[in-house]
Amino acid sequence: MENLIGLLVLAPLVGAGVLLTGGRRLDRTGHWIGCAFAATSFVIGAVLFADMLSRSGDDRTLTSNLYTWVPVGGFQADVAFQLDQLSMTFVLLISGVGTLIHIYSIGYMEHDERRRRFFGYLNLFLAAMLLLVLANNYLLLYVGWEGVGLASYLLIGFWQHKPSAATAAKKAFIVNRVGDVGLSIAIMLMFTTFGTFSFQPVFEAVGKAHEGILTGIGLMLLLAACGKSAQVPLQSWLGDAMEGPTPVSALIHAATMVTAGVYLITRSGAIFNAAPDAQLAVVTVGAVTLLFGAIVGCAKDDIKKALAGSTMSQIGYMILAAGLGPIGYVFAIMHLVTHGFFKAGLFLGAGSVMHGMNDEVDMRKYGGLRKYMPVTFVTFGLGYLAIIGFPGLSGFFSKDKIIEAAFAKGGTEGWILGGVAMLGAAITAFYMTRVMLMTFFGEKRWEPDAEGHDPHPHESPRSMTIPMVILAFGSVFAGGLFSLNESFLKWLEPVTGHEEGHSPLSAGAVTAGTMVVLVIGVALAWLMYGRRPVPAVAPRGSLLTRAARRDLYQDDFNHVVLVRGGEHLTRSLVYVDVKGVDGVVNGTAAAVGGLSGRMRRLQNGYVRSYAVSMLGGTAVLVAAVLLMRGVA
Amino acid sequence: MNDLAAYTTSTGEAFQFWVLGTVAVVGALGTVLMKKAVHSALSLAGTMIVLAVFYLAQGAYFLGVVQIVVYTGAIMMLFLFVVMLVGITAADSLKETLKGQRWLAAVCGIGFGILLIAGISNAQLHSFAGLGEANAKGNVEGLAALIFTKYVWAFEITGALLITAAVGAMVLTHRERTERRHTQRELSEQRVREGKQVPPLPAPGVYALHNAVDNPGLLPDGTPSALTVSDTLRARGQVRDVSGEALDSLAELEQRSTERLGRKEVGK
Amino acid sequence: MNPVNYLYLSALLFTIGAAGVLIRRNAIVVFMCIELMLNASNLAFVTFSRLHGNLDGQIIAFFTMVVAAAEVVVGLAIIVTIFRSRHSASVDDASLMKL
Repeated sequence: MENLIGLLVLAPLVGAGVLLTGGRRLDRTGHWIGCAFAATSFVIGAVLFADMLSRSGDDRTLTSNLYTWVPVGGFQADVAFQLDQLSMTFVLLISGVGTLIHIYSIGYMEHDERRRRFFGYLNLFLAAMLLLVLANNYLLLYVGWEGVGLASYLLIGFWQHKPSAATAAKKAFIVNRVGDVGLSIAIMLMFTTFGTFSFQPVFEAVGKAHEGILTGIGLMLLLAACGKSAQVPLQSWLGDAMEGPTPVSALIHAATMVTAGVYLITRSGAIFNAAPDAQLAVVTVGAVTLLFGAIVGCAKDDIKKALAGSTMSQIGYMILAAGLGPIGYVFAIMHLVTHGFFKAGLFLGAGSVMHGMNDEVDMRKYGGLRKYMPVTFVTFGLGYLAIIGFPGLSGFFSKDKIIEAAFAKGGTEGWILGGVAMLGAAITAFYMTRVMLMTFFGEKRWEPDAEGHDPHPHESPRSMTIPMVILAFGSVFAGGLFSLNESFLKWLEPVTGHEEGHSPLSAGAVTAGTMVVLVIGVALAWLMYGRRPVPAVAPRGSLLTRAARRDLYQDDFNHVVLVRGGEHLTRSLVYVDVKGVDGVVNGTAAAVGGLSGRMRRLQNGYVRSYAVSMLGGTAVLVAAVLLMRGVA
Repeated sequence: MNDLAAYTTSTGEAFQFWVLGTVAVVGALGTVLMKKAVHSALSLAGTMIVLAVFYLAQGAYFLGVVQIVVYTGAIMMLFLFVVMLVGITAADSLKETLKGQRWLAAVCGIGFGILLIAGISNAQLHSFAGLGEANAKGNVEGLAALIFTKYVWAFEITGALLITAAVGAMVLTHRERTERRHTQRELSEQRVREGKQVPPLPAPGVYALHNAVDNPGLLPDGTPSALTVSDTLRARGQVRDVSGEALDSLAELEQRSTERLGRKEVGK
Repeated sequence: MNPVNYLYLSALLFTIGAAGVLIRRNAIVVFMCIELMLNASNLAFVTFSRLHGNLDGQIIAFFTMVVAAAEVVVGLAIIVTIFRSRHSASVDDASLMKL
């Protein structure tokens, strides 16, 4: 059984290798090969899941050591896997949603001549992400971490001919790099404090470490999570990452890669539990990002960017829950899974809409599409209901639990966090309703595209609609299933631990409040976009609207604070290098040249000058001899 | 200062030293500072003679005589010959052409001198032994005993050196004839071609009336010949006037011919 | 009087000779100053032979004289040769070896 764990990672890795080195002769079959390897991974995952269920709660962890990677004295790093309930959850999510998106991409990327390569990169991503969640030590996790960053770069910049795509890929990679520095430092601190990076030994030794160092490690891990999960302050790349093809946005920037940060924090729960200051930072980041993403999502006319803002906000929820400590870990993961379903579904739906509208992304050019794309409308609609937390659907269960846990933190903190979460729910309802109304309802606002083709919206082929339907099932039922008998809680509890907080509000009160907030959000959106016709050209909007359109000035902020400062630093360093270092070198050369030029004039060709130097030299010699003998 | 030498010279030697030593220094300064090369040579000769006296005074009899015979007599005369060859008129201008040379020379020279004197004064010189014992058998015998035993190798080599020097001098000053000697016929043809002076010049002394270099000889028509005196003297205006000579000799001739032929004197 | 004074005289003559080599431009006068230096060293040798009471110093002075003679011969021959071609006996004329 343990041996199968390695295969989980190996299958998509081999797939990537085959597809990327196979060459053009695999172009006709490449997509099937890619799907096959992804499906293999899912099947193995299912087998392992079945096996895990057959065992009891505390006995469910499987480890598999492939080989010793770095056997150097006190630095032991192994390629070893650990499969417990937490990683099992992720494995199923990644391979399952991944396989569905592979199938979707067959139809979506049909007209792209580089499709084979696309599947190769998707497989590469799967392999790296699985490695990330299966690793049993932080160093191997880092390898997976970097791998998903690489895959993200390759996939965002897939349409290489577009300069905007290339720039977006670079931006994603660079901002992620900043986070990766955090992970490196955390690993280094771990090594110096505990002497190891493996999860088990580290978590066991946490009690003996000083709280300051644990806070440091925690903050560094948070930095890494911010980079990968697009949380404030490293959130600026996510909007631009929508330059990639829609399947990429669905898989990587909705369901899986951006959740890696949540995984990291949850996995390192033992460290965070012992460092309350780090936890405070985590919840702050979560709360801020929650609102940030929601506000940005309200003003975007690009359907994918609106969904990106939504992703940022929902992950803010997860981070918030993870930062609450043992009272929130389970719910963070639960929301992660349900979010994986409905967000992937929403993105695939958006892709379907774009596919039918000549790749138009501006929602102001949509309108009334529900009659033309019924399947898309229904699946998208179910995803929409899930995300706003409509009662009964999955989002309702997972999001409510998070809001409850926020209140259960207790004290002023609890009230603030709970209030923020509620507010976020309201804004979520608002912007998602806005998207629905602008896209599927109202009058047709379609325009011919740049080449003069009129859009003929049509339903997408079955290869695209079937995954959407499957995900819609997940959006509807996953939450209910998880909450039935608290099955998910019981499933995950042995790994993350769980506590009941002391909430000042009862569960019923929280639910009621959430409902009220939801209705307010939907009503507001309907008032603004449902009753009146949507203007085809975006109106100027209020100050907040304009700020939100510019992503709340995130790029400007980065430019002023980081880019300008970096440029100044570089320029001053170059100046020092040119004037100082080169100056010394050139100065030495010039000095030597000048000196030799002066000394050259001693050789003036006159015998008498030479005679003078001879006599002078002799005098010096005589003086030296006399001095040596101590006489003169 | 050094230890007191037990040996002190006699007062005669002391007096000689101070007087002649001054002369030697004056001569040395003359060598260096005189404008004309001949004067420098003569000053040096004077210094060398004084040094010869010093050698004699210190018991180096052979060396003293050799100093006069070889050094002053042969070497200095050789210098004078070359000075004459090169040109007595070639006087050094005392203006210095190289920048800072005089100043540097003064500094180096004085510095060097001071160092030497300081070195000598701080030397531990034990008492002078004097050459009484070394010269017991005679100075020449003593020198010979050393030359042909201890320094015989140096002696032989020096001999070879002398031969080399002589050969070298001959080689350096030899002028190879680049063309065949002209015959008289050729010379005469050349004179006719040029048209300057067709018959060969008379041998020196043909027209000379006196032995002095500043008396020009008279040509047959009574005019003084410019070729018979040095250009330098003519340039200096040191040529004697011999215009009266012709008339005097003519008068004499008249006188003698009158006496001989018994002619009556004309216009007497 | 201490015979050491001969040594002082020798040093003085040597210095004057050295200064003369540096100052004069006429090649023959330079040569003469060199002869002056050689003579000064001869005087020192003779004085030292008197100091030590053996004739070694005089032998050396003797050989110095021989060598000086040979040197003068060759040196003057060279000066004459140079003079024949250049018609100048100035030491400063030979200044082609300058940088």
